[in-house]
Amino acid sequence: MSALSQHLAILPILLPLIAGAIMIPLDDQRRRLRAGIGIASALALLVIAILLMVRAGASEGSHAAVSVYRLGDWPAKFGIVLVVDRLSALMLVLTASLGLAALVFSTARWERMGPHFHALFQFQLMGLNGAFLTGDLFNLFVFFEVLLAASYGLALHGSGIARVKAGLHYIAINLAASLLFLIGVSMIYGVVGTLNMADLAARIPAIPAGDRPILEAGAAILGMAFLVKAGMWPLGFWLPTTYAAASPPAAAIFAMMSKVGVYAVLRLSLLLFGEDAGASAGFGEGWLLAGGIMTIGFGAVSVLATQDLPRLAGASVMISSGTLLAAVGAGQVSVTGGALYYLASSALAVGALFLLIELLERGRDVGADVLAVTLEAFGDGEEDEDAGEAEEVGVAIPATMAILGACFLCCALLLAGLPPLSGFIAKFAMLSAVLNPAGLGTAAAAAVVPAASWGFLAAVILSGLATVLATTRAGIRNLWAVADRVVPRVSVIEIAPVLFLLLLCIGMTVQAGPVMRYMQAAAAELHAPHAYVRDVLAPAGARGEVRP
Amino acid sequence: MEFILALSIGVLGGSGVWLVMRPRTFQVIIGLSLLSYAVNLFIFSMGRFPIGAPPVLEPGTAGDPAHFADPVPQALVLTAIVIGFATTALFLVVMLASRGLTGGDHVDGRGRDE
Repeated sequence: MSALSQHLAILPILLPLIAGAIMIPLDDQRRRLRAGIGIASALALLVIAILLMVRAGASEGSHAAVSVYRLGDWPAKFGIVLVVDRLSALMLVLTASLGLAALVFSTARWERMGPHFHALFQFQLMGLNGAFLTGDLFNLFVFFEVLLAASYGLALHGSGIARVKAGLHYIAINLAASLLFLIGVSMIYGVVGTLNMADLAARIPAIPAGDRPILEAGAAILGMAFLVKAGMWPLGFWLPTTYAAASPPAAAIFAMMSKVGVYAVLRLSLLLFGEDAGASAGFGEGWLLAGGIMTIGFGAVSVLATQDLPRLAGASVMISSGTLLAAVGAGQVSVTGGALYYLASSALAVGALFLLIELLERGRDVGADVLAVTLEAFGDGEEDEDAGEAEEVGVAIPATMAILGACFLCCALLLAGLPPLSGFIAKFAMLSAVLNPAGLGTAAAAAVVPAASWGFLAAVILSGLATVLATTRAGIRNLWAVADRVVPRVSVIEIAPVLFLLLLCIGMTVQAGPVMRYMQAAAAELHAPHAYVRDVLAPAGARGEVRP
Repeated sequence: MEFILALSIGVLGGSGVWLVMRPRTFQVIIGLSLLSYAVNLFIFSMGRFPIGAPPVLEPGTAGDPAHFADPVPQALVLTAIVIGFATTALFLVVMLASRGLTGGDHVDGRGRDE
């Protein structure tokens, strides 16, 4: 058992790799078996992630719980390291929760739309987990490629013209972004001479001034690659189209994928260009703040402009990315803590929304979106011609519409950041920290709030308003104003994942105190990376596996 | 030598960027390949540029790093080549699927008569 707990950190990568590899040779007759393996693996991942989270969150105070896993026990500068701290563990838990929900949802019907869905899904989970765990820039590239390669397959799952068209753009953009990633990594290597993140952080303060422009250019190019994933404004035009075209379970896990970009930006900007990085400290923060605000603006406009539900969800992914990037750019510990809470809440809510949308749309006519545009434009009355399709009536769960409506309401509240759910707490935590850097209750009259913070505040609140308007409109149109609707046939296995994700958000709301303490501790850890650097670079003999 | 290398990276990169901007899928894929060649050469050049120096220590020689090529960028290039090769192949498959579904090779999926 102690051997297992010692090797716990590698399991989130190995487990889906093995599960995915087992599934490939299984043919389509063994569908139940494949689904069983996939769900078992996702469940095990969730358990492992929670164990890692408990371990990371266990120790308090100055002694940070960074546990380092050295593959082959090579010292960190030469070997590959996996690092589990609070942020990594949080991302692992989110990935496993969303993955489990999407997998259970897919067994109802989506897994049958194309081959190798489950294997691709496992590789996607492997790439995500690896990207969150690795402590090395080049391994980050490798895991990015793993998760992207799997996501290309998942984006195309189910085929069809819309998916192939969106997938073509998605693949081309991400291939180009990967090349930027490589350029950035090699420029950083050329200047600093290492790719281990902790070693980079230790060496960057001593870089001579003449080499700094190359280092900063490399970091900026690397950042571009992450920002393409995160969907920052001028780089994110592919995002709503691809997410809307992807099949719902794939889109739900893609909601996590755009958080990988945010995670990488957060981790690297604070580790490499934190407070003690010498002349480069705080590099890029202004760009992140401005870009984040622009992304929020773009997302808010597209939420209002969009007519169909999947694009609405895609646009809310952009709002969430923009909010997170701007919060990272604000560069304060307490804002980062609120942003991490927001990250968890919005990832779960967007995932639930993607799954829910498919259930809602099932009851609608195909031409309803076109009809909606016409309704807006000409304002003419209902044309109820196709009322003759009543073959699929049959309610697998009771009070279908009531449950779907309640779920939609929850998603809308979470995304718009209205009380009483966790979206509100998240936005409140970020905004109060922006306005009051010293913390609530202290005399902050002396501190002048900079203009950029007001811009961030306005953008977050206005985007919330836009989300309220758009989701209200979409809710009325999809749930109330359909005269001749066919009640969609929704089985328990499809609504349960949505309820699971929403219940997690409600749990975050009820337990807001402990959760927020965890997030603040994670943020404090990120803003003071000494412990991270020390533990990773510690000689292999003095293993810092589990610090009491 | 540095000049030739810089020139070839520049030419490959420039042609690649131009081709990626073109409207036909085949041009895009060739452009991405050229770009990845340029990037691979670029990574290679980041290991400083000692000519005729081996990347591994020879038995019996003094371990002075100045006399050896840096093996790390070479390892990185190998990984990047393999990954780039695989993703380009995958892109090719999607391109063929798009060709089959839309009947044209326009990146936006429009038919050939538009």
